Amino acid sequence: MQYSNNTVLHVADVHKRFAGLHALADIDLEVEEGKTHAIIGPNGAGKSTLLNVIVGRLAPSSGAVVFDGQVLTGKKPHEINQMGVARVFQTPEIFPDLSVLQNVMTPAFAKRDGAFRIRMLNPLANEAALREEAEEALADVGMIERRHLHAASLSRGDKRRLELAMCLIQKPRLLLLDEPTAGMSRHDTNTTIELLKKIKSRGMTKVIIEHDMHVVFSLADKISVLAGGRIIAEGAPDAVRGDPRVQEAYLGGAH
Amino acid sequence: MEAIFAQLLNGLDKGGAYALIALGLTLVFGTLGVVNFAHGALFMLGAFCAVAFRELITYEIVTTDPEQLSPWGSPLEIRTPIAQQYLGDWGAVIIDYSVPLSILLAIPVMLIIGIVMERGLIKHFYNRPHAEQILVTFGLAIVLQELVKTFFGPNPIPQPMPSTFRGAADVGSWLGLTPGAVTYPWWRLVYFLFSIGILSAVFAFLRFTTFGMVVRAGMADRETVRLLGIDIDRRFTLMFGLAAVVAGLAGVMYTPLLPPNYHLGMEFLVLSFVVVVVGGMGSLPGAVAAGFLLGILQSFASMTAIKNLIPGIDQIIIYLLAVVILLVRPRGLMGRRGVMES
Amino acid sequence: MNVLRLPRQDVILFAVFAIVVLTMPIWLTPFGAAYPGLMQKFAIFAIFAVGFNILFGLTGYLSFGHAAFLGVGSYTAVWSFKLFTMDAIPALIFAVLMSGVFALGIGFVSLRRSGIYFAILTLAFAQMSYNLAYSVLTPITNGETALQLTNNDPRVIDMMFMERTAGLPSPSIFGQPLGGIGGFYLCAVLLLVAFFIAQKVFASPFGMMLRAIKSNQTRMSYTGFNTRPYALTAFVISGMYAGLAGGLLAVTDPLAGAERMEWTASGEVVLMTILGGVGTLVGPVIGAWLIKYLENIFSAFNEGMLHATFSWLPDGVEDIVVAVTSKFVGEGWHLTLGLVFVLIVVFLPGGIMEGVRRIRSAVANRRDNRRTRFSTSAAE
Repeated sequence: MQYSNNTVLHVADVHKRFAGLHALADIDLEVEEGKTHAIIGPNGAGKSTLLNVIVGRLAPSSGAVVFDGQVLTGKKPHEINQMGVARVFQTPEIFPDLSVLQNVMTPAFAKRDGAFRIRMLNPLANEAALREEAEEALADVGMIERRHLHAASLSRGDKRRLELAMCLIQKPRLLLLDEPTAGMSRHDTNTTIELLKKIKSRGMTKVIIEHDMHVVFSLADKISVLAGGRIIAEGAPDAVRGDPRVQEAYLGGAH
Repeated sequence: MEAIFAQLLNGLDKGGAYALIALGLTLVFGTLGVVNFAHGALFMLGAFCAVAFRELITYEIVTTDPEQLSPWGSPLEIRTPIAQQYLGDWGAVIIDYSVPLSILLAIPVMLIIGIVMERGLIKHFYNRPHAEQILVTFGLAIVLQELVKTFFGPNPIPQPMPSTFRGAADVGSWLGLTPGAVTYPWWRLVYFLFSIGILSAVFAFLRFTTFGMVVRAGMADRETVRLLGIDIDRRFTLMFGLAAVVAGLAGVMYTPLLPPNYHLGMEFLVLSFVVVVVGGMGSLPGAVAAGFLLGILQSFASMTAIKNLIPGIDQIIIYLLAVVILLVRPRGLMGRRGVMES
Repeated sequence: MNVLRLPRQDVILFAVFAIVVLTMPIWLTPFGAAYPGLMQKFAIFAIFAVGFNILFGLTGYLSFGHAAFLGVGSYTAVWSFKLFTMDAIPALIFAVLMSGVFALGIGFVSLRRSGIYFAILTLAFAQMSYNLAYSVLTPITNGETALQLTNNDPRVIDMMFMERTAGLPSPSIFGQPLGGIGGFYLCAVLLLVAFFIAQKVFASPFGMMLRAIKSNQTRMSYTGFNTRPYALTAFVISGMYAGLAGGLLAVTDPLAGAERMEWTASGEVVLMTILGGVGTLVGPVIGAWLIKYLENIFSAFNEGMLHATFSWLPDGVEDIVVAVTSKFVGEGWHLTLGLVFVLIVVFLPGGIMEGVRRIRSAVANRRDNRRTRFSTSAAE
């Protein structure tokens, strides 16, 4: 197997079978450092399965996922995060019972203190440095004025922005985004895309799983098209869009 | 060999009780999605149906017989149970058979209690967190047991079994072993057969009636069944009533084996939850299998030889097993994936 | 000193709380509750509930087995009296440590599951402890007769300094006997310490992590936290609180019985916490006080007192009212308790603290409305 020097995530020859169903077949992906790699495909193509294999939630039937030279398969979610992988979920996963600011401070603690460290002596209010960092992250996604709200009261679009801020504050090496605009209103979709464009230039590598090709078109450096559990095409956005196989399998009939 | 066989038998009746209670718990959990901590109290209420029935038919009517004198010189008071007063010898038979006959009282009473409980309280908790379901049914269990305590007092009230069933069956000799080697009290045998009967009836009901089919479909996928336009709520209410009846009948028939007291329900509840967990939350066959398994296991653990080997094992064996099962195989013996995991 | 530092409003809360607790003998007098035995219970069960709330209120893990730790605390304290010394300090230290060890073991196993499974696991462990205390462990627990002091106890440390006297010794602190009001002040001071530590937990990043675990465990682990040791720490802390409470029960009355470990006792602390307000600092304390106070009032009532209370009613009505109410007092107190439990969970799951908040916001709203109305009319 050939590694290009700057491959940060390598999904190597992964197969996943569920009770006879071949959900993923022969998946081989190389994600380059600092690039935005989109994985698109119609519903049922195996996108979520692939993502769950990458984050270690599902064990592949064969093959392995290698991040930064280390095998991710079999590791626990918090270990994977501590290695520098952050994840945005299809439905925003935030802490609804905490304030917006606390939501962002929590991951900052994980970044600073590791997976487990009891800090009881110093009150939260004295963590000025982390607080400032969290406020910056909130300002970054345009939510600074909502920092004292209860996170449960946010709109879905705001929850997504909050979740992004929670991931960005950890400055992950790899950011995984699972259909970041799913179930959103047009307005929320647009603000989310604007936000993703804004952070595109930063150093981190991104993998976006997306159903809607238009969302990723302006964002991705490279697109892999998944259909029926296989990668049917891969390349730069323009090349992929022109590929007749993609048109047939994915865009088929669309304009 | 005989000793092992005898212990096996000894576990069957208790196992039957566990299975019946656990079956109801699982049905309620599967259909309504409610964790019912008051289910043991239903078992206890059933047992007190038997107590109430007996008190009712043995209510004594006092007559005086002027012909005879008591040692104090006053006319002798004759106390006759009400059933005997009006039904004569038949009354005596009825009193003798009060425990099995109180089933007739227990069925409507438990059905009503079950339905009132579901409509009045449980239904408001379908969509509330499991912790709140546990808490409210826990409170309800306290209320029920304290109510029973106010009416029947704190002490156990022994219930005699019908005289025909006193003594023990020589099960060993039936199987060609030395006569008297393995005996099994008749009433325990009756209880075991009774529990098998009820269990089969419930399974047949779920398997072969339209009602049962809808309930099973509802357990598998509630939303789809609702989309079919079937009024599933009313059926689930009845289901709750049915579970209450099953628990109640289990309690009625158990009274000759264990004199009922007001906190009987809690003792059985904790054990039945363990049974449900071992069998696998949401699995009916699992609940039944685990019920008998634990009954038998408990009976083995109380063998003197084993108690000498590991002191105290009979007291904790069931809980220990639950801990091990939950850790090694969290879904239990036959549980579905993901049930109550969050 | 970071150890003592708290945010401003917490300092005020602590000061107010300290005054309320320490002046109990004064303000409880009009309620007829200012006698040491009851006030000791107020302080002890408040400690139990505050500790339970650190687990249930912050992490959301509902334990039905906390009475086991209370029992372990009591047994340990009595053994410390019997073996070493009648001084309360070592007894309490041993009680806290021993229950901490138990909590570590039980928590380590139970926390592998969550939700209902966790509740059942803790219940199973508590039942095991209870059953064992009554059977095989009788040499340690003295079974049904309860563990008591005897004249022949070794009390090795005490014996180095003094002669064995006739009559049973009673617990002391630094040589001072701990009878009555002295016992209350020991409990009160320890309640303040316990409350302060709870405040520290609530205000700390650790407290926020626990709340985050309750809020969304999935996000917590994808955020890079190993949630289990956090929950285990909370479990051990709350187990140690229960052990302290159990130890204090033994200090104020040197005897320990297995009924303290019964699951109904576990249910009682759940009720205290819920009644006051889960996840709030003051709520569990209020819940504990209210329940212990009502228990004291209700269980003391008898029919004669009811007749006296309702004597202003017409005769027939009086009899009926007395007949009904008598079911809820005296022996029937647990019935009232169960009803309160159900009503609170149904109508006010946030407990008294939520009730207070609702009333406060309703009042605030009305005031706002009035102000808006006033300003609009002024603008016209």
